[in-house]
Amino acid sequence: MSRIEYLARRAALAVFVLLGVLLLTFIVSRVIPGDPARLYLGSRARAEAIQQVREEFGLNDPLPQQFLRYVGSTLSGDLGYSFRTKRPIVEDLRTRLPATMELVLVSTVLAVTIGVPLGVLSASQAGKAFDQFSRIITIAGVSIPSFWLALLLQLLFFMTLDWLPLGGRLSRDILLTDPFTQVTGFFLIDAALAGNWEAWRDALWHIIMPAAVLATYPISLSVRMTRASMLEVLSETYITAARASGLSEIEILFKLALKNAIVPTLTVLGLVFAFSITGAVLVEIIFSWPGMGSYMLNAILSDDVYVLFAVTLIVTIVYIIVNLLVDFVQAALDPRIRMGGGSEA
Amino acid sequence: MSPASAQPLLAIDDLHISFPTPRGELRAVRGISFQVEPGEIFGIVGESGCGKTVTGRSILGLVPQPGRISGGRIMFQGSDLTAMSQAELRHLRGNRIAMIFQDPSAALNPLFTIGQQLLGIMKRHDPGKRAGHLDAAVSLLADLGLPQPESLLDSYPHQLSGGMQQRAMIAMALAAEPDLIVADEPTTALDVTIQAQILDLLVALKEKRGVTIVFITHDLGVVAETCDHVAVFYLGQIVEQGTAREIFKAPRHPYTQGLLAALPSPDAGQDALKVIPGSVGDMVGDGVGCAFAPRCEFRMPHCDRQTPTLMPLGGQQQAACFLYDEIGEGT
Repeated sequence: MSRIEYLARRAALAVFVLLGVLLLTFIVSRVIPGDPARLYLGSRARAEAIQQVREEFGLNDPLPQQFLRYVGSTLSGDLGYSFRTKRPIVEDLRTRLPATMELVLVSTVLAVTIGVPLGVLSASQAGKAFDQFSRIITIAGVSIPSFWLALLLQLLFFMTLDWLPLGGRLSRDILLTDPFTQVTGFFLIDAALAGNWEAWRDALWHIIMPAAVLATYPISLSVRMTRASMLEVLSETYITAARASGLSEIEILFKLALKNAIVPTLTVLGLVFAFSITGAVLVEIIFSWPGMGSYMLNAILSDDVYVLFAVTLIVTIVYIIVNLLVDFVQAALDPRIRMGGGSEA
Repeated sequence: MSPASAQPLLAIDDLHISFPTPRGELRAVRGISFQVEPGEIFGIVGESGCGKTVTGRSILGLVPQPGRISGGRIMFQGSDLTAMSQAELRHLRGNRIAMIFQDPSAALNPLFTIGQQLLGIMKRHDPGKRAGHLDAAVSLLADLGLPQPESLLDSYPHQLSGGMQQRAMIAMALAAEPDLIVADEPTTALDVTIQAQILDLLVALKEKRGVTIVFITHDLGVVAETCDHVAVFYLGQIVEQGTAREIFKAPRHPYTQGLLAALPSPDAGQDALKVIPGSVGDMVGDGVGCAFAPRCEFRMPHCDRQTPTLMPLGGQQQAACFLYDEIGEGT
């Protein structure tokens, strides 16, 4: 099996997962108590008005027909209306999703660039002072509640030191006096594209605290995962063989061993990434970050079911894409995977 | 080549290696001395757990953690390896002293091609001139009897057979043209027919390239075919050593005799293989008395109270046994 075939098969499987999720959200929407038409019109609507809306939205059609229409409109990018904001959900997501993605991406990059090297060092120093210290810090890192850490950081860096802004994505004066066109919705990228470095610096200053809080868990996790899997790899004969051939310890650790040890960490970081799309809700609320988490929370509180379905769908897609990416990286790293485990002959 | 004339390539002098355990110090190697002449194959024979592998590792300064060399010297080309820093040892490893491992499928990194691994070692010990390395790698693989060496460089270890993997491993050991190769059970994990090929290859390396090999094995039959000198290990000590011819012709130590008797032989006509009764003893403790005494059929009272040392028996043969010691009889 070639690499292309392997990846094509993974991608084809992903399509089926997506269809399954569409079917599930559709079934749930027909099973839960509460008539969508009544939700749309409010509790005091007259029976005739509700009937009229049901006709209009096609809620009286047979279920299979409704499902096909649901799939069709979803595929064409129409996720329905939000009862709460009275706007197309796609419009809301256009600003909400990049906001969260930017935050989660920055924290994932921090996890890879800080967590993985620390994990490698920790494993190479196993049992020594640095390792003991890093294990204590990281166990704290994976167990500390994010809202508490967020409040502490705000107290320190905003209240006491006044180094960093309290929340939001940009300062109000930048938004008013010095705006930049939004291309990607990632402020760090858009401001850089516009060459607006003052706004870029402002966006960076705003993202530091929430990204640091959000990154605490994945950094600590990747230190621990990388350490554990490095310890296993470092006991392999091929590492002793590499030492016996005189290679430097740096090369053995970061090139030969890490390539063998990195996959479990990447798999877990992929899952954490997808989870954070909605899991960052507390961080987003504390830092007034206008992202998916707070959008979803408001939808839950106001029975805005179609928003919830849309968010579910988005999270599923992110999970699928991230897992595909991890599969691709794994296939790129390990020749035995793309060969399907057998010999090439 | 008489043994006294030239300086030995490797001289191990009263080497002790120990591992801390919850039950006390595990003394894996207890005062071993031997010398390896340039251009010979020196065999180390013994059962698993007798300290032969850890002795081999110590020659590269790679005693597995948490073990340490607790005494003695390892003189290589006149300098003491036990006194060297890790950086100095790294310069020797792969460069002057290389190692071949038991299971090539475990000793080759599965995620790198043969070429990446082989050229990596060449580059490490001779930086620069990448094109030259590529040519050298191709001709080295061809020399070792590997077909289509160019395409082999782009292969991953799992795409090769066991015999080809071990040849590739040997190529990596030879990459920087070392003076000494420590081969730790290089044929044990291979099919019998491949074993013979690899043994022939090692003997050819000695004869054509003048490489000195320390050959570690549990298989006396293999030693007879390949080695010039042999040291028989038992519980971290050498119980007998000499030329391979001497030891196979007239084994003197009861343990060596037992090992030889346990070899299957087509002309002996015996129904069952002979075995040495009992099992290998404990390595924790100070080990007063002969370590082999509990299993020995010639055991004498003082074997438990005194530790025998290697005694000359004529020629180059030596054995650590009171059977050949007139002083031991008296006490």
